[in-house]
Amino acid sequence: MNFSEVFKQSNQLCKVSPDGKYLATCVQYRLVVRDVSTLQIMHLYTCLDQISHMEWSSDSLFILCAMYKRGLVQVWSLEQPDWHCKIDEGSIGLVSSRWSPDGRHILNTTEFHLRITVWSLCTKAVSYIKYPKACQKGIDFSRDGSYMALAERRDCKDFVSIFVCDDWHLLRHFETETQDLAGLEWSPNGCVLAVWDSCLEYKVLLYSLDGRLLSTYSAYEWSLGVKSVSWSPSSQFLAIGSYDEKVRIINHITWKKIAQFEHPATVESTKTVYKEVERRPAVGTDEMSLHNITTGSTLFNTQSKYEICSLPVQIPVVKPDPDRANPKIGVSVLAFSSDNHYLATKNGGFQVHSLNWHCSDNSLILLGKEQLCLCYMETDEEDK
Amino acid sequence: MPESSLVKDGRSSSVEYGASPLRQFSQSSLLLHRNSYMLGTFCTEHNVQQCLSHINQEISSLGLPPVWTESGNSSELNIVAVLNCMYDLIQLHRRGLRTLESMEVEQLKSSSNIDHLQLTITRLKEQLELSKRENTGLLERERQLQLKAKSLQSCLKNEKEEVQKLQNIIASRASQYNHEMKRKEREFNKLKERLNQLLVDKKEKKQAIDVLNNIGRADGKRSLWKTEKTEAKHEGEMYKTLLSDYDARQRELVLENAELRKVLQQMKKDMVSILSSRKPAVKSDKPEHSGVQARSEEEEEEVFDSSKESVELYCVHAREKLTNSIRLQWRRLKSHVERLDSQASLVQMVESKDTDAVPQETQEEEMDRLKLEIQQCKDFIQTQQQLLQQQLSSPCDEETASLLSNCYMLQEKERLGEEWKTLEEQRKIFERERKNFTEAAIRLSHERKAFEEDRATWLKHQFLNLSPFADSKKTPLLKSKSAFLISAETEAPEKLIKCHSDTASPTPRCVPLASASTADLYRTLCLIPENSSVQPKTNGEHVEESSMFCGDVFVQHQQWEHSEDHTPSQEKNSSI
Repeated sequence: MNFSEVFKQSNQLCKVSPDGKYLATCVQYRLVVRDVSTLQIMHLYTCLDQISHMEWSSDSLFILCAMYKRGLVQVWSLEQPDWHCKIDEGSIGLVSSRWSPDGRHILNTTEFHLRITVWSLCTKAVSYIKYPKACQKGIDFSRDGSYMALAERRDCKDFVSIFVCDDWHLLRHFETETQDLAGLEWSPNGCVLAVWDSCLEYKVLLYSLDGRLLSTYSAYEWSLGVKSVSWSPSSQFLAIGSYDEKVRIINHITWKKIAQFEHPATVESTKTVYKEVERRPAVGTDEMSLHNITTGSTLFNTQSKYEICSLPVQIPVVKPDPDRANPKIGVSVLAFSSDNHYLATKNGGFQVHSLNWHCSDNSLILLGKEQLCLCYMETDEEDK
Repeated sequence: MPESSLVKDGRSSSVEYGASPLRQFSQSSLLLHRNSYMLGTFCTEHNVQQCLSHINQEISSLGLPPVWTESGNSSELNIVAVLNCMYDLIQLHRRGLRTLESMEVEQLKSSSNIDHLQLTITRLKEQLELSKRENTGLLERERQLQLKAKSLQSCLKNEKEEVQKLQNIIASRASQYNHEMKRKEREFNKLKERLNQLLVDKKEKKQAIDVLNNIGRADGKRSLWKTEKTEAKHEGEMYKTLLSDYDARQRELVLENAELRKVLQQMKKDMVSILSSRKPAVKSDKPEHSGVQARSEEEEEEVFDSSKESVELYCVHAREKLTNSIRLQWRRLKSHVERLDSQASLVQMVESKDTDAVPQETQEEEMDRLKLEIQQCKDFIQTQQQLLQQQLSSPCDEETASLLSNCYMLQEKERLGEEWKTLEEQRKIFERERKNFTEAAIRLSHERKAFEEDRATWLKHQFLNLSPFADSKKTPLLKSKSAFLISAETEAPEKLIKCHSDTASPTPRCVPLASASTADLYRTLCLIPENSSVQPKTNGEHVEESSMFCGDVFVQHQQWEHSEDHTPSQEKNSSI
């Protein structure tokens, strides 16, 4: 695997454009756009303050830079570097900012989640959406970009509003049967909305596009509930990872559980278990001078060796402090492969930030805090 | 008399000695009476001495002083001694009686003791029984109570665990609530601060957007006003997406259903066929199969029906019918398999010779046969392998090896060689002949040309000289003889070739002369071959051959003109 030279960035803001041609990174208050193949700087933009959030528009023509402290959003164009756009939220503050799926509207969430302002770059029109809910995932766009689901809270009750992204017309507005809605997610085919409750109650509700409740699923009571939810790409399955370290899969026809996977501390029944055995930095001899060490000992020089362990394997488990809120137990990350064959899950407090499948589904990338691991899947083999 | 004297003495003695021992004496006297009766005949007048001596002996044996001494011959008894003796005897008797009494008393006592003890024994035994029963009952109760105690302990443990779990849950929930509350409180505080700040802060920054120029919509269309029509359109689109999704799902389900239905049908058919094929074997067993048969007949009807019913299976009743029939078949198959299993196990356990053993026997026979076959095959393979080994490993030197390697083919090779030789010779002959024939063909072509010219002139002559003159005829005939021989020669090679290729059938095409005007020619020329064969020719055998051939040709043609006959061909063949 070849690595390029190291580029500076801040706030982990580094994104490739949706069409795959450009790479945008933020360095303090500058926005650097490079060509992906040559890594040459194509454009350089300067914002008014340190950039907190950066996002490409869906057609890869514009980049949004949000500065939460100042309450500003600046939009830059790739086609016309002279074009500029600045949105000032004023005294009402800014907490989050994102593009709409058509790439022409910007949704700003004000401080304290007072309201969401929808700015249109085509008409300079403004729309307001009141009472959005501040939760883990309160807003979701359907995959084809035609609908937006927003969680709201009024009078101590949870509501979901469905908007048509074309003209921000409110299509449906209904109350949900949750105690404290924690998140919602569209199915990939855009017909079903999964809504789940906070971790104090295990409840997953499934609503149809027109607002009818299709089904409720609750695996158990009282203990801490849902931690993460993921749809399979074909919309046939919904995987629910919970704090009891189990993943439950429900099917789209009966909305009942069809499979349940556990994460026991002793692994006995998988095919192969790989264990990272060595991590030695490549500092070899005594002749290495200080200069060599400083340039040589970067992330890329630590080498790891993996060996196959024979079953059963005991996985070292760190018991989290149960007195703290949001304990680091349970299944926190779920990722389906795009051909619906595999589901990768992360349980417990391991330092894995994200799991991503390669589009050809033959490999899985695990991103940790300090390292990255690429796991190749061969037929008839599974990785843990 | 002595009897009575004794009796008297007994009585008198009884009277004499008072009333106190009267009772006892009366008893003993009765005894004495009995005894005395027996003893009455002891002493008579005659055996007084003997009796005296006898009594003396008896007395002395009892330890008393003797009554009578033999020193004096006086038969007088010492009355004092006798009385003393009698007194002693009476004392002894009384003592005996007393001991007897005491013993009787003791015996009574002991018997009553025994009774008493026996009673107590029985009582105690009963008590023991009772207490044993009580004991077992108590043990039983104790055991039950122990069990109960154990179960209660386990319940208690479970409850404790559950309580612990619930406490943990409560604790985690409480921590979660606290966390949330703190978060909300912090936010609330922030809000308050902000509000204060806003109230104090006069300068209010308004929201604003500053765009250089408007950019077009992503899809290039103009945005529409929000009207009811657009709202309705949105609703419509939403329902459209939902419906298309349901449609797709329904289609998939229909396909799946069709597949499953097909599979079920197939299963049913298979099961029916299996069961019906086993029916004859099973028929003989038990009478309960009659019901099975009746049902299976029904099923066969159903099988035939169901093949037509594929479309009708969309109806609920038909579906139910299918599933019920499948269930029925499955149950039957299961019972059949169970029966077979039990039969097999029975036969394994008991070696009986009833009909149940038949399948076992056939199985055994089969197995034996198969084993035999396997053995035979193995032997065969072994022998082959041995032969192969011999072949490969036989130590022969190169010559013999080379010889041997070819020995199988030797005969065939020789034969091949011979045949090759013959073929070569034939080829040479043919080549020679071909050469000759080509030369002849060339010559003949030349001669043909000449002949044609001759013919033309001859025909002209003929035509002009139609009047039959014998002399003039001869000359053209003679002229034409050579010409005709030439023609025969020219045609012979053709004929020869044609004969070789097609000997069986007459080939009338060879000589395309069938005109009526030349019929005379033929007839006249028929005579020629005989003449020609006698006459010597310049070309020698070749011409002879050709003449023979041409003779055959003409014979053939004659025959062909009149009727088809196979004999010419045969003659031709023989001539060839």
